[in-house]
Amino acid sequence: MSTRTLAVVSAGLSAPSSTRLLADRLAQAGVAALAARGVDAAVEVVELREHARDLADNLLTGFPNTALRAAVDTVTGADGLIAVTPIFSASYSGLFKTFFDVLDKEALTGKPVLMGATAGTARHSLALEHGMRPLFAYLRAVVAPTAVFAASEDWAGGEATGAALGDRVRRAGGELADLVARRPRAAAADPFVDPTPFETLLTGR
Amino acid sequence: MQFGVFSVSDITADPTTGRTPREAERIRAIVTIAEKAEEVGLDVFALGEHHNPPFFSSSPTTTLGYIAARTQRLQLSTATTLITTNDPVKIAEDYAMLQHLAGGRVDLMLGRGNTGPVYPWFGQDIRQGIPLAVENYALLHRLWREDVVDWQGRFRTPLQGFTSTPRPLDGVPPFVWHGSIRSPEIAEQAAYYGDGFFHNHIFWPKEHTQRMVALYRQRFEHYGHGSADQAVVGLGGQVFMRRNSQDAVREFRPYFDNAPVYGHGPSLEEFTRETPLTVGSPQQVIDRTLAFRDYVGDYQRQLFLIDHAGLPLKTVLEQLDLLGEEVVPVLRREFAALKPAHVPDAPTHAARVAARGGAQDATVYAPADDVTGRSGQEVQA
Repeated sequence: MSTRTLAVVSAGLSAPSSTRLLADRLAQAGVAALAARGVDAAVEVVELREHARDLADNLLTGFPNTALRAAVDTVTGADGLIAVTPIFSASYSGLFKTFFDVLDKEALTGKPVLMGATAGTARHSLALEHGMRPLFAYLRAVVAPTAVFAASEDWAGGEATGAALGDRVRRAGGELADLVARRPRAAAADPFVDPTPFETLLTGR
Repeated sequence: MQFGVFSVSDITADPTTGRTPREAERIRAIVTIAEKAEEVGLDVFALGEHHNPPFFSSSPTTTLGYIAARTQRLQLSTATTLITTNDPVKIAEDYAMLQHLAGGRVDLMLGRGNTGPVYPWFGQDIRQGIPLAVENYALLHRLWREDVVDWQGRFRTPLQGFTSTPRPLDGVPPFVWHGSIRSPEIAEQAAYYGDGFFHNHIFWPKEHTQRMVALYRQRFEHYGHGSADQAVVGLGGQVFMRRNSQDAVREFRPYFDNAPVYGHGPSLEEFTRETPLTVGSPQQVIDRTLAFRDYVGDYQRQLFLIDHAGLPLKTVLEQLDLLGEEVVPVLRREFAALKPAHVPDAPTHAARVAARGGAQDATVYAPADDVTGRSGQEVQA
Protein backbone atom coordinates (compact mmCIF):
# COMPACT_ATOMS: atom_id res chain seq x y z
CA MET A 1 0.00 0.00 0.00
CA SER A 2 1.30 3.46 -0.86
CA THR A 3 0.89 6.27 1.69
CA ARG A 4 -0.73 9.57 0.80
CA THR A 5 -1.31 12.61 2.96
CA LEU A 6 -4.54 14.51 3.42
CA ALA A 7 -4.14 18.03 4.78
CA VAL A 8 -7.05 19.38 6.77
CA VAL A 9 -7.48 23.16 7.05
CA SER A 10 -10.01 24.17 9.70
CA ALA A 11 -10.93 27.81 10.24
CA GLY A 12 -13.12 27.29 13.31
CA LEU A 13 -12.58 29.80 16.09
CA SER A 14 -13.98 28.17 19.23
CA ALA A 15 -12.60 25.09 20.93
CA PRO A 16 -14.09 22.64 20.43
CA SER A 17 -15.56 23.94 17.20
CA SER A 18 -18.22 22.43 15.00
CA THR A 19 -16.03 23.35 12.03
CA ARG A 20 -13.25 21.13 13.35
CA LEU A 21 -15.79 18.43 14.14
CA LEU A 22 -16.95 18.43 10.52
CA ALA A 23 -13.35 18.55 9.29
CA ASP A 24 -12.48 15.48 11.35
CA ARG A 25 -15.47 13.55 10.03
CA LEU A 26 -14.56 14.43 6.47
CA ALA A 27 -10.97 13.36 7.09
CA GLN A 28 -12.10 10.02 8.57
CA ALA A 29 -14.35 9.46 5.58
CA GLY A 30 -11.51 10.29 3.18
CA VAL A 31 -9.09 7.93 4.93
CA ALA A 32 -11.67 5.12 5.04
CA ALA A 33 -12.52 5.53 1.36
CA LEU A 34 -8.84 5.54 0.41
CA ALA A 35 -8.25 2.41 2.50
CA ALA A 36 -11.10 0.76 0.60
CA ARG A 37 -9.17 1.55 -2.60
CA GLY A 38 -5.98 0.06 -1.18
CA VAL A 39 -4.38 3.41 -0.39
CA ASP A 40 -2.96 4.16 3.03
CA ALA A 41 -3.44 7.80 4.08
CA ALA A 42 -2.13 10.01 6.88
CA VAL A 43 -3.97 13.12 8.05
CA GLU A 44 -2.26 16.41 9.00
CA VAL A 45 -4.42 19.13 10.53
CA VAL A 46 -3.83 22.87 10.29
CA GLU A 47 -5.92 24.87 12.78
CA LEU A 48 -5.93 28.38 11.37
CA ARG A 49 -6.85 29.87 14.75
CA GLU A 50 -3.32 29.10 15.93
CA HIS A 51 -1.96 31.10 12.97
CA ALA A 52 -4.26 34.13 13.15
CA ARG A 53 -1.44 36.55 14.02
CA ASP A 54 1.05 34.78 11.74
CA LEU A 55 -1.37 35.32 8.85
CA ALA A 56 -1.78 39.04 9.60
CA ASP A 57 2.03 39.34 9.78
CA ASN A 58 2.38 37.58 6.45
CA LEU A 59 -0.01 40.06 4.83
CA LEU A 60 2.27 42.89 5.98
CA THR A 61 5.74 41.40 5.60
CA GLY A 62 5.14 39.30 2.51
CA PHE A 63 6.54 36.09 3.95
CA PRO A 64 5.26 33.36 6.29
CA ASN A 65 7.10 33.08 9.61
CA THR A 66 8.51 29.74 10.71
CA ALA A 67 5.28 28.51 12.30
CA LEU A 68 3.08 29.49 9.37
CA ARG A 69 5.60 28.16 6.85
CA ALA A 70 5.21 24.70 8.37
CA ALA A 71 1.43 24.94 7.91
CA VAL A 72 1.80 26.18 4.33
CA ASP A 73 4.22 23.36 3.54
CA THR A 74 1.79 20.83 5.02
CA VAL A 75 -0.96 22.00 2.69
CA THR A 76 1.09 22.49 -0.47
CA GLY A 77 2.85 19.15 -0.01
CA ALA A 78 -0.31 17.10 0.63
CA ASP A 79 -1.94 14.76 -1.91
CA GLY A 80 -5.39 16.08 -1.04
CA LEU A 81 -6.91 18.93 0.92
CA ILE A 82 -9.99 19.10 3.13
CA ALA A 83 -10.89 22.76 3.68
CA VAL A 84 -13.59 23.70 6.19
CA THR A 85 -14.72 27.13 7.30
CA PRO A 86 -17.53 28.68 9.28
CA ILE A 87 -19.77 30.91 7.18
CA PHE A 88 -19.54 34.54 8.32
CA SER A 89 -21.57 37.30 6.67
CA ALA A 90 -22.61 35.19 3.69
CA SER A 91 -19.20 33.67 2.84
CA TYR A 92 -16.07 31.95 4.17
CA SER A 93 -14.43 33.64 7.14
CA GLY A 94 -11.71 36.24 6.66
CA LEU A 95 -9.22 34.02 8.45
CA PHE A 96 -9.92 31.18 6.02
CA LYS A 97 -9.53 33.44 2.99
CA THR A 98 -6.32 34.96 4.33
CA PHE A 99 -4.67 31.55 4.46
CA PHE A 100 -5.41 30.96 0.79
CA ASP A 101 -4.37 34.54 -0.02
CA VAL A 102 -0.84 33.96 1.26
CA LEU A 103 -0.28 30.69 -0.65
CA ASP A 104 1.63 30.86 -3.92
CA LYS A 105 -0.75 31.22 -6.83
CA GLU A 106 0.32 27.81 -8.15
CA ALA A 107 0.35 25.99 -4.80
CA LEU A 108 -2.99 24.21 -5.25
CA THR A 109 -2.93 23.66 -9.00
CA GLY A 110 -4.41 20.23 -9.73
CA LYS A 111 -4.78 19.34 -6.07
CA PRO A 112 -7.93 17.39 -5.05
CA VAL A 113 -9.97 19.46 -2.60
CA LEU A 114 -12.98 18.58 -0.49
CA MET A 115 -14.94 21.59 0.77
CA GLY A 116 -16.94 21.87 3.95
CA ALA A 117 -18.65 24.65 5.89
CA THR A 118 -20.62 25.18 9.06
CA ALA A 119 -23.12 27.80 10.20
CA GLY A 120 -25.95 28.36 12.60
CA THR A 121 -28.59 27.91 9.95
CA ALA A 122 -28.97 25.91 6.76
CA ARG A 123 -29.88 29.11 4.93
CA HIS A 124 -26.12 29.71 4.52
CA SER A 125 -25.45 26.44 2.75
CA LEU A 126 -25.06 27.75 -0.81
CA ALA A 127 -22.17 29.95 0.30
CA LEU A 128 -20.12 26.82 -0.43
CA GLU A 129 -21.14 26.96 -4.08
CA HIS A 130 -21.25 30.73 -4.56
CA GLY A 131 -18.24 31.67 -2.42
CA MET A 132 -15.89 28.78 -1.82
CA ARG A 133 -16.03 26.84 -5.08
CA PRO A 134 -14.97 29.87 -7.20
CA LEU A 135 -12.02 30.42 -4.83
CA PHE A 136 -10.67 26.93 -5.51
CA ALA A 137 -11.55 27.16 -9.20
CA TYR A 138 -9.40 30.31 -9.35
CA LEU A 139 -6.56 28.41 -7.66
CA ARG A 140 -7.01 25.64 -10.27
CA ALA A 141 -7.66 23.00 -7.66
CA VAL A 142 -9.76 19.94 -8.57
CA VAL A 143 -12.79 20.19 -6.30
CA ALA A 144 -14.97 17.21 -5.40
CA PRO A 145 -18.56 17.64 -6.65
CA THR A 146 -20.06 17.12 -3.19
CA ALA A 147 -19.41 19.92 -0.71
CA VAL A 148 -20.60 19.25 2.83
CA PHE A 149 -22.49 21.82 4.83
CA ALA A 150 -23.46 21.29 8.46
CA ALA A 151 -25.82 23.63 10.30
CA SER A 152 -26.62 23.50 14.01
CA GLU A 153 -29.65 21.36 13.29
CA ASP A 154 -27.46 18.69 11.68
CA TRP A 155 -25.59 18.22 14.94
CA ALA A 156 -28.58 18.67 17.21
CA GLY A 157 -31.20 16.98 15.08
CA GLY A 158 -32.49 13.48 15.46
CA GLU A 159 -31.63 10.37 13.51
CA ALA A 160 -32.99 11.54 10.18
CA THR A 161 -30.86 14.69 9.89
CA GLY A 162 -27.84 12.99 11.47
CA ALA A 163 -28.03 10.15 8.98
CA ALA A 164 -28.35 12.61 6.09
CA LEU A 165 -25.15 14.41 7.16
CA GLY A 166 -23.40 11.07 7.52
CA ASP A 167 -24.41 10.12 3.99
CA ARG A 168 -23.09 13.40 2.59
CA VAL A 169 -19.81 12.99 4.47
CA ARG A 170 -19.36 9.44 3.16
CA ARG A 171 -20.18 10.44 -0.42
CA ALA A 172 -17.77 13.39 -0.26
CA GLY A 173 -15.03 11.21 1.25
CA GLY A 174 -15.45 8.72 -1.61
CA GLU A 175 -15.21 11.45 -4.22
CA LEU A 176 -12.04 12.83 -2.64
CA ALA A 177 -10.54 9.33 -2.44
CA ASP A 178 -11.23 8.77 -6.15
CA LEU A 179 -9.45 12.02 -7.04
CA VAL A 180 -6.47 11.35 -4.75
CA ALA A 181 -6.02 7.69 -5.70
CA ARG A 182 -6.07 8.55 -9.39
CA ARG A 183 -3.28 11.15 -9.15
CA PRO A 184 0.46 10.54 -8.96
CA ARG A 185 1.94 11.46 -5.60
CA ALA A 186 2.30 15.22 -5.02
CA ALA A 187 5.65 16.65 -6.14
CA ALA A 188 6.01 20.34 -6.89
CA ALA A 189 8.34 21.50 -9.67
CA ASP A 190 11.34 23.33 -8.16
CA PRO A 191 12.88 26.10 -10.31
CA PHE A 192 15.93 26.09 -8.05
CA VAL A 193 16.65 22.44 -8.80
CA ASP A 194 15.94 22.75 -12.51
CA PRO A 195 16.48 26.39 -13.61
CA THR A 196 15.55 27.63 -17.07
CA PRO A 197 18.86 27.87 -18.98
CA PHE A 198 19.79 31.46 -19.79
CA GLU A 199 19.90 30.84 -23.55
CA THR A 200 16.20 29.97 -23.31
CA LEU A 201 15.50 33.18 -21.37
CA LEU A 202 17.46 35.19 -23.95
CA THR A 203 15.51 33.89 -26.89
CA GLY A 204 12.22 34.64 -25.12
CA ARG A 205 11.27 30.95 -24.77
CA MET B 1 35.94 42.23 1.45
CA GLN B 2 34.08 45.50 1.05
CA PHE B 3 31.78 47.02 3.66
CA GLY B 4 29.35 49.84 3.22
CA VAL B 5 25.85 51.19 3.50
CA PHE B 6 22.91 51.32 1.13
CA SER B 7 19.94 53.65 1.21
CA VAL B 8 16.48 53.32 -0.28
CA SER B 9 16.01 57.12 -0.02
CA ASP B 10 12.67 57.11 1.75
CA ILE B 11 11.30 60.31 3.26
CA THR B 12 9.48 59.01 6.32
CA ALA B 13 8.10 60.74 9.42
CA ASP B 14 10.13 60.22 12.59
CA PRO B 15 7.56 58.36 14.73
CA THR B 16 9.06 59.70 17.96
CA THR B 17 8.55 63.35 16.98
CA GLY B 18 5.96 63.15 14.20
CA ARG B 19 8.23 65.30 12.04
CA THR B 20 8.79 64.48 8.36
CA PRO B 21 11.96 65.88 6.79
CA ARG B 22 11.67 68.05 3.71
CA GLU B 23 13.08 66.77 0.44
CA ALA B 24 15.90 69.30 0.45
CA GLU B 25 16.91 68.25 3.96
CA ARG B 26 16.83 64.52 3.20
CA ILE B 27 18.80 64.93 -0.03
CA ARG B 28 21.48 66.91 1.86
CA ALA B 29 21.44 64.21 4.53
CA ILE B 30 22.21 61.51 1.98
CA VAL B 31 25.30 63.38 0.85
CA THR B 32 26.36 63.81 4.49
CA ILE B 33 25.85 60.07 5.11
CA ALA B 34 27.98 59.16 2.09
CA GLU B 35 30.78 61.52 3.15
CA LYS B 36 30.64 60.14 6.65
CA ALA B 37 30.82 56.58 5.32
CA GLU B 38 34.14 57.41 3.71
CA GLU B 39 35.35 59.29 6.79
CA VAL B 40 34.76 56.33 9.12
CA GLY B 41 36.54 53.94 6.77
CA LEU B 42 33.72 52.19 4.95
CA ASP B 43 34.27 51.16 1.32
CA VAL B 44 30.90 51.46 -0.43
CA PHE B 45 27.91 53.77 -0.62
CA ALA B 46 24.94 52.55 -2.66
CA LEU B 47 21.78 54.50 -3.46
CA GLY B 48 18.40 53.27 -4.66
CA GLU B 49 16.34 54.45 -7.61
CA HIS B 50 12.64 55.17 -7.22
CA HIS B 51 10.11 57.20 -9.15
CA ASN B 52 7.36 57.68 -6.60
CA PRO B 53 6.94 59.29 -3.17
CA PRO B 54 8.01 58.70 -0.38
CA PHE B 55 11.34 58.25 -2.17
CA PHE B 56 13.46 61.09 -3.55
CA SER B 57 16.15 59.27 -5.50
CA SER B 58 14.88 59.38 -9.07
CA SER B 59 18.25 60.39 -10.48
CA PRO B 60 21.02 58.41 -8.78
CA THR B 61 23.82 59.32 -11.19
CA THR B 62 23.32 63.02 -10.38
CA THR B 63 23.60 62.32 -6.65
CA LEU B 64 26.49 59.87 -7.04
CA GLY B 65 28.35 62.29 -9.33
CA TYR B 66 28.12 64.96 -6.66
CA ILE B 67 29.26 62.51 -3.97
CA ALA B 68 32.11 61.37 -6.21
CA ALA B 69 33.39 64.95 -6.32
CA ARG B 70 33.31 65.21 -2.53
CA THR B 71 34.99 61.87 -1.75
CA GLN B 72 38.32 60.27 -2.57
CA ARG B 73 38.10 56.56 -1.99
CA LEU B 74 34.46 55.61 -1.64
CA GLN B 75 33.11 53.05 -4.12
CA LEU B 76 29.76 54.30 -5.48
CA SER B 77 27.02 51.86 -6.32
CA THR B 78 23.26 51.61 -6.74
CA ALA B 79 20.57 49.70 -4.85
CA THR B 80 19.16 49.17 -7.37
CA THR B 81 19.27 50.58 -10.89
CA LEU B 82 16.03 49.68 -12.66
CA ILE B 83 16.98 47.54 -15.65
CA THR B 84 13.32 47.15 -16.60
CA THR B 85 11.99 50.70 -16.90
CA ASN B 86 15.19 52.55 -17.82
CA ASP B 87 16.32 52.59 -21.41
CA PRO B 88 19.47 50.45 -21.46
CA VAL B 89 21.05 53.00 -23.81
CA LYS B 90 20.62 55.71 -21.18
CA ILE B 91 22.01 53.43 -18.45
CA ALA B 92 25.07 52.74 -20.64
CA GLU B 93 25.63 56.46 -21.20
CA ASP B 94 24.89 57.71 -17.68
CA TYR B 95 26.98 55.17 -15.81
CA ALA B 96 29.93 55.33 -18.22
CA MET B 97 29.87 59.09 -17.69
CA LEU B 98 29.75 58.66 -13.92
CA GLN B 99 32.55 56.09 -14.15
CA HIS B 100 34.80 58.64 -15.89
CA LEU B 101 34.00 61.45 -13.45
CA ALA B 102 34.46 59.20 -10.40
CA GLY B 103 37.78 57.83 -11.64
CA GLY B 104 36.42 54.29 -11.88
CA ARG B 105 34.87 54.16 -8.39
CA VAL B 106 31.53 53.00 -9.79
CA ASP B 107 29.60 49.78 -10.08
CA LEU B 108 25.89 49.06 -10.47
CA MET B 109 23.40 46.78 -8.94
CA LEU B 110 20.56 45.97 -11.31
CA GLY B 111 17.05 45.22 -10.11
CA ARG B 112 13.60 45.01 -11.64
CA GLY B 113 11.55 47.18 -9.29
CA ASN B 114 8.42 45.75 -7.68
CA THR B 115 6.01 48.69 -7.91
CA GLY B 116 3.46 47.93 -10.64
CA PRO B 117 2.37 51.51 -11.44
CA VAL B 118 5.97 52.63 -12.12
CA TYR B 119 6.27 50.46 -15.22
CA PRO B 120 3.57 52.16 -17.36
CA TRP B 121 4.98 55.60 -16.45
CA PHE B 122 7.97 54.49 -18.51
CA GLY B 123 5.98 52.68 -21.18
CA GLN B 124 6.50 49.20 -19.74
CA ASP B 125 4.49 46.42 -18.07
CA ILE B 126 5.46 44.72 -14.78
CA ARG B 127 4.27 41.37 -16.13
CA GLN B 128 7.21 41.56 -18.56
CA GLY B 129 9.66 42.18 -15.70
CA ILE B 130 11.93 39.19 -16.30
CA PRO B 131 11.98 39.43 -20.15
CA LEU B 132 12.71 43.18 -19.80
CA ALA B 133 15.60 42.52 -17.41
CA VAL B 134 17.00 39.85 -19.73
CA GLU B 135 16.73 41.80 -22.97
CA ASN B 136 17.75 45.20 -21.59
CA TYR B 137 20.83 43.84 -19.92
CA ALA B 138 21.84 41.88 -23.00
CA LEU B 139 21.86 45.23 -24.84
CA LEU B 140 23.60 47.13 -22.04
CA HIS B 141 26.30 44.45 -21.92
CA ARG B 142 26.96 44.88 -25.65
CA LEU B 143 26.88 48.70 -25.57
CA TRP B 144 29.79 48.73 -23.11
CA ARG B 145 31.81 46.13 -25.01
CA GLU B 146 31.20 46.85 -28.69
CA ASP B 147 32.00 50.25 -30.19
CA VAL B 148 29.32 50.01 -32.85
CA VAL B 149 26.10 48.15 -32.15
CA ASP B 150 23.36 46.98 -34.49
CA TRP B 151 20.50 45.68 -32.42
CA GLN B 152 16.85 44.71 -32.51
CA GLY B 153 14.65 43.46 -29.67
CA ARG B 154 11.10 43.34 -28.37
CA PHE B 155 11.05 46.31 -26.03
CA ARG B 156 12.90 49.26 -27.56
CA THR B 157 13.41 50.80 -30.98
CA PRO B 158 16.14 49.09 -33.03
CA LEU B 159 19.67 50.51 -33.19
CA GLN B 160 21.72 50.80 -36.36
CA GLY B 161 25.40 51.68 -36.09
CA PHE B 162 24.97 53.09 -32.58
CA THR B 163 27.96 54.04 -30.43
CA SER B 164 27.30 54.67 -26.73
CA THR B 165 29.49 57.48 -25.41
CA PRO B 166 31.56 57.97 -23.43
CA ARG B 167 33.20 54.59 -23.88
CA PRO B 168 33.93 52.85 -20.54
CA LEU B 169 36.91 54.28 -18.66
CA ASP B 170 40.17 52.51 -19.62
CA GLY B 171 38.11 50.20 -21.85
CA VAL B 172 36.69 48.37 -18.79
CA PRO B 173 32.93 48.61 -18.14
CA PRO B 174 31.61 49.17 -14.61
CA PHE B 175 31.17 45.93 -12.67
CA VAL B 176 27.55 44.77 -12.50
CA TRP B 177 25.72 43.00 -9.71
CA HIS B 178 22.29 41.51 -10.35
CA GLY B 179 19.86 41.73 -7.45
CA SER B 180 16.76 39.69 -6.80
CA ILE B 181 15.00 38.35 -3.71
CA ARG B 182 13.58 35.16 -5.14
CA SER B 183 13.58 34.99 -8.95
CA PRO B 184 15.84 32.12 -10.06
CA GLU B 185 16.03 33.69 -13.55
CA ILE B 186 18.07 36.59 -12.15
CA ALA B 187 20.54 34.31 -10.36
CA GLU B 188 20.82 32.48 -13.68
CA GLN B 189 21.44 35.78 -15.50
CA ALA B 190 24.22 36.83 -13.11
CA ALA B 191 25.84 33.40 -13.46
CA TYR B 192 25.61 33.37 -17.26
CA TYR B 193 27.55 36.62 -17.61
CA GLY B 194 29.94 35.90 -14.75
CA ASP B 195 28.67 39.08 -13.06
CA GLY B 196 28.08 39.53 -9.34
CA PHE B 197 24.93 38.54 -7.50
CA PHE B 198 23.57 40.69 -4.68
CA HIS B 199 20.83 39.63 -2.30
CA ASN B 200 19.21 42.46 -0.36
CA HIS B 201 18.99 40.14 2.66
CA ILE B 202 16.68 42.45 4.58
CA PHE B 203 12.98 42.09 5.34
CA TRP B 204 12.99 38.39 4.31
CA PRO B 205 14.06 35.11 5.94
CA LYS B 206 17.59 33.97 5.20
CA GLU B 207 16.30 30.91 3.31
CA HIS B 208 15.54 33.11 0.30
CA THR B 209 19.12 34.39 0.29
CA GLN B 210 20.57 30.95 0.78
CA ARG B 211 18.66 29.40 -2.15
CA MET B 212 19.39 32.25 -4.53
CA VAL B 213 23.10 32.37 -3.73
CA ALA B 214 23.42 28.58 -3.94
CA LEU B 215 21.79 28.57 -7.38
CA TYR B 216 23.92 31.48 -8.57
CA ARG B 217 27.14 29.80 -7.41
CA GLN B 218 26.25 26.46 -9.00
CA ARG B 219 25.33 28.09 -12.34
CA PHE B 220 28.41 30.38 -12.24
CA GLU B 221 30.51 27.24 -12.24
CA HIS B 222 28.28 25.65 -14.90
CA TYR B 223 28.96 28.57 -17.26
CA GLY B 224 32.69 28.19 -16.77
CA HIS B 225 33.57 31.39 -14.91
CA GLY B 226 35.35 29.57 -12.10
CA SER B 227 34.45 27.31 -9.22
CA ALA B 228 31.22 27.95 -7.31
CA ASP B 229 33.08 29.43 -4.37
CA GLN B 230 34.73 31.97 -6.70
CA ALA B 231 31.42 33.55 -7.70
CA VAL B 232 31.03 37.16 -6.58
CA VAL B 233 28.39 37.56 -3.88
CA GLY B 234 27.11 40.63 -2.06
CA LEU B 235 24.64 40.81 0.80
CA GLY B 236 22.54 43.47 2.43
CA GLY B 237 21.66 43.57 6.10
CA GLN B 238 19.88 45.84 8.52
CA VAL B 239 21.28 46.89 11.89
CA PHE B 240 20.66 49.28 14.73
CA MET B 241 23.27 49.55 17.47
CA ARG B 242 23.94 51.10 20.82
CA ARG B 243 26.80 50.11 23.11
CA ASN B 244 24.21 48.59 25.44
CA SER B 245 21.89 46.26 23.56
CA GLN B 246 18.86 47.14 25.71
CA ASP B 247 19.29 50.79 24.72
CA ALA B 248 19.35 49.79 21.06
CA VAL B 249 16.12 47.83 21.38
CA ARG B 250 14.38 50.60 23.33
CA GLU B 251 15.43 53.34 20.93
CA PHE B 252 14.75 51.42 17.70
CA ARG B 253 11.38 49.94 18.69
CA PRO B 254 9.17 52.94 17.72
CA TYR B 255 10.92 53.12 14.33
CA PHE B 256 10.44 49.39 13.87
CA ASP B 257 6.79 49.41 14.97
CA ASN B 258 5.92 52.16 12.48
CA ALA B 259 8.28 51.27 9.62
CA PRO B 260 6.72 51.39 6.15
CA VAL B 261 7.63 47.81 5.23
CA TYR B 262 6.88 45.68 8.27
CA GLY B 263 5.37 48.11 10.81
CA HIS B 264 2.19 47.17 12.71
CA GLY B 265 2.87 43.49 12.04
CA PRO B 266 5.37 41.22 13.79
CA SER B 267 7.15 42.33 16.95
CA LEU B 268 10.75 43.54 16.81
CA GLU B 269 11.80 40.31 18.53
CA GLU B 270 9.92 38.12 16.03
CA PHE B 271 11.27 39.98 13.02
CA THR B 272 14.81 39.84 14.39
CA ARG B 273 14.45 36.09 14.70
CA GLU B 274 12.86 35.59 11.26
CA THR B 275 15.06 37.96 9.20
CA PRO B 276 18.69 39.19 9.28
CA LEU B 277 17.67 42.38 11.17
CA THR B 278 19.98 42.83 14.16
CA VAL B 279 19.22 45.31 16.93
CA GLY B 280 21.71 45.30 19.75
CA SER B 281 25.34 45.90 20.66
CA PRO B 282 28.20 46.16 18.16
CA GLN B 283 29.35 42.72 19.31
CA GLN B 284 25.92 41.26 18.48
CA VAL B 285 26.12 42.79 15.01
CA ILE B 286 29.60 41.33 14.55
CA ASP B 287 28.49 37.85 15.62
CA ARG B 288 25.35 37.86 13.46
CA THR B 289 27.18 39.19 10.39
CA LEU B 290 29.98 36.64 10.65
CA ALA B 291 27.31 33.94 10.67
CA PHE B 292 26.01 35.07 7.25
CA ARG B 293 29.04 33.29 5.83
CA ASP B 294 27.69 29.99 7.18
CA TYR B 295 24.86 30.01 4.64
CA VAL B 296 26.27 31.91 1.64
CA GLY B 297 29.96 30.99 1.79
CA ASP B 298 32.84 33.46 1.52
CA TYR B 299 31.47 36.63 -0.01
CA GLN B 300 32.78 39.91 -1.31
CA ARG B 301 30.53 42.74 -0.20
CA GLN B 302 28.44 43.52 2.87
CA LEU B 303 26.13 46.55 2.84
CA PHE B 304 24.02 47.70 5.78
CA LEU B 305 20.73 49.58 5.71
CA ILE B 306 20.87 52.16 8.51
CA ASP B 307 18.96 55.25 7.38
CA HIS B 308 15.34 54.35 6.79
CA ALA B 309 11.99 54.53 8.64
CA GLY B 310 12.44 58.14 9.74
CA LEU B 311 15.65 57.74 11.75
CA PRO B 312 17.15 61.23 12.21
CA LEU B 313 20.45 62.11 10.55
CA LYS B 314 22.21 62.48 13.89
CA THR B 315 21.33 58.90 14.80
CA VAL B 316 22.40 57.60 11.39
CA LEU B 317 25.79 59.30 11.76
CA GLU B 318 26.20 57.69 15.19
CA GLN B 319 25.46 54.32 13.59
CA LEU B 320 28.20 55.01 11.04
CA ASP B 321 30.63 55.81 13.85
CA LEU B 322 29.87 52.49 15.52
CA LEU B 323 30.22 50.63 12.22
CA GLY B 324 33.51 52.34 11.40
CA GLU B 325 35.06 52.18 14.86
CA GLU B 326 33.84 48.93 16.35
CA VAL B 327 32.20 46.65 13.82
CA VAL B 328 33.85 46.81 10.42
CA PRO B 329 37.50 46.59 11.61
CA VAL B 330 36.66 43.32 13.39
CA LEU B 331 34.61 41.97 10.47
CA ARG B 332 37.39 42.85 8.03
CA ARG B 333 39.94 40.97 10.08
CA GLU B 334 37.75 37.95 10.82
CA PHE B 335 36.40 37.50 7.28
CA ALA B 336 39.90 37.91 5.80
CA ALA B 337 41.28 35.24 8.13
CA LEU B 338 38.55 32.82 7.04
CA LYS B 339 38.72 33.45 3.28
CA PRO B 340 40.73 30.89 1.25
CA ALA B 341 43.28 32.36 -1.19
CA HIS B 342 41.48 31.21 -4.33
CA VAL B 343 38.32 33.16 -3.44
CA PRO B 344 38.49 36.53 -5.21
CA ASP B 345 38.40 39.91 -3.48
CA ALA B 346 35.60 42.35 -4.19
CA PRO B 347 35.92 43.70 -7.74
CA THR B 348 37.40 47.19 -8.17
CA HIS B 349 38.13 49.15 -11.31
CA ALA B 350 41.89 49.05 -10.68
CA ALA B 351 41.87 45.27 -10.26
CA ARG B 352 39.74 44.76 -13.35
CA VAL B 353 41.99 47.00 -15.44
CA ALA B 354 45.05 45.12 -14.20
CA ALA B 355 43.39 41.79 -15.02
CA ARG B 356 42.83 43.06 -18.55
CA GLY B 357 46.54 43.82 -18.90
CA GLY B 358 46.33 47.53 -18.24
CA ALA B 359 44.30 50.56 -19.25
CA GLN B 360 43.34 51.07 -22.88
CA ASP B 361 41.87 54.27 -24.16
CA ALA B 362 38.54 53.33 -25.68
CA THR B 363 37.60 56.61 -27.34
CA VAL B 364 35.62 56.23 -30.54
CA TYR B 365 36.31 59.17 -32.83
CA ALA B 366 33.75 60.40 -35.29
CA PRO B 367 34.82 59.93 -38.94
CA ALA B 368 34.57 63.70 -39.34
CA ASP B 369 33.16 66.27 -36.95
CA ASP B 370 30.55 68.88 -37.81
CA VAL B 371 32.80 71.85 -37.06
CA THR B 372 36.16 71.20 -38.71
CA GLY B 373 35.19 68.48 -41.14
CA ARG B 374 38.13 66.44 -39.83
CA SER B 375 38.14 63.36 -37.62
CA GLY B 376 39.32 63.69 -34.03
CA GLN B 377 41.82 60.97 -34.68
CA GLU B 378 43.51 63.01 -37.46
CA VAL B 379 43.61 66.08 -35.24
CA GLN B 380 45.15 64.11 -32.40
CA ALA B 381 47.71 62.52 -34.75
